[in-house]
Amino acid sequence: MLEIIQDYWLTFLIGQYPNGPLGGLAMTLIVAVLSILMSFPIAIGLAVARSSTWRWLRLASACVVNFVRGIPLLMLIFWCYFVIPIMTGYAVSGFWTLVCALTIYEASYLSEVIRAGIASIPKGQTEAARSLGGSYMLTVRSVVLPQALFNVLPGITSQFISTIKETSLGYVIAVNELTFAANQINNQLLTQPLQVFTILAVIYFLLCFLLSRGLSAIETSIRRKRGLL
Amino acid sequence: MDFLLPADQMALLLGGVRTTVLLFAIAWVIAFALAIALVVIRATDYRPCRWFVDAFVAYHRNVPLLVQVMFWYFGMPELLPETIRFWLYDHNAEFCFAVIALALGSAAYQAEDIRSGLRAIPATQFEAARALGCSYLETMRYIVVPQALRISLPPLVGRALLLFKNTSIAMAIGVAELTYRTREIENLTFKTFQIFGIATVLYLIGTFSLMALGSWIERRTTPGRKEHRNA
Repeated sequence: MLEIIQDYWLTFLIGQYPNGPLGGLAMTLIVAVLSILMSFPIAIGLAVARSSTWRWLRLASACVVNFVRGIPLLMLIFWCYFVIPIMTGYAVSGFWTLVCALTIYEASYLSEVIRAGIASIPKGQTEAARSLGGSYMLTVRSVVLPQALFNVLPGITSQFISTIKETSLGYVIAVNELTFAANQINNQLLTQPLQVFTILAVIYFLLCFLLSRGLSAIETSIRRKRGLL
Repeated sequence: MDFLLPADQMALLLGGVRTTVLLFAIAWVIAFALAIALVVIRATDYRPCRWFVDAFVAYHRNVPLLVQVMFWYFGMPELLPETIRFWLYDHNAEFCFAVIALALGSAAYQAEDIRSGLRAIPATQFEAARALGCSYLETMRYIVVPQALRISLPPLVGRALLLFKNTSIAMAIGVAELTYRTREIENLTFKTFQIFGIATVLYLIGTFSLMALGSWIERRTTPGRKEHRNA
């Protein structure tokens, strides 16, 4: 196993770069960060729509969220794979297909997390802001959301971790990420699948485990600074 | 259903549905049993047991399901004795390994859900039942477990939904389930929208019926609401 790490650690980390396309762990992280960043504003929009007083907006948001939550991510990836080129008229790379699918998927899961945060803010907060003359938008933007988002910080970070794990599905549409790199190495070696996939699992484990530990440590320190602990 | 797809393709697709349902049902039963076993092991005072369960849960929470599936399918056969290996290759190895990977992954999450349900029951409930003369098993059977299950029911339903959707990952190792068949028919006919539309609707039917089943059980097991219904 050590030999495989010695020979292929660079492939695990960055794929064929700089002699070929960037891949491996670097690609996994880029896809994950990009999709979570893109899904965040959409998730906030969906969550605010879901908690609005306008019934049709609530209904529309609920439909979108439940539809996306009702189908496997793999199905969504295939939909993006076929629909985006037809809609835009461009041949879209696997990378952008995966980022789009993950953005849509994460946005609807994240919106449920944020909605729970909005629901947990006491009604008095909104009423106070409105009776002080704040508009609806102002109330949402500077009274409800800052508190709600802070309260659901743990949910948001765990969603980020699951995004990292979900990038592995890019393998199915041949996105050059970590799982794909491991399969390439496995195909070159042919005889040592157990070792290759153990290394792959260990990399994902360390990444997600340490990241979740690190993020929750940061959360605790923020809470302590704000005097909440 | 001829107006949707020719009969032979419909048969392919329905075969995929059958495999998906089987994957889900078998994996769920194994996962639930395993989850209960894990909770019991975790509850013992013996420290290595707790470590084992914690490691098991941490592994399955932090490694993508696709990687777990690949690990079982590509990596595990090396460790198995030859007779078992050949038997598996004769008996749909893809399906077996997919079931194992799905079940283990789901069991780790379900164990956590059940454990947090149990922890939510105050110790006084247990003590009161014992003080009233119930045996340990009676206390568990009539007092603790019913309340704990009620609390962990919503997350358990969520897990079942995830498991159902995650069966699609089995296509990566060539299990001929719904997503796999959909891709196959799409390759044959190029009727992309039609076939993916049908598959999507089928998945939605599956998830929504699971949700309905979940809320039905929830209604049945919540005593407060039952009185409402009878009134």
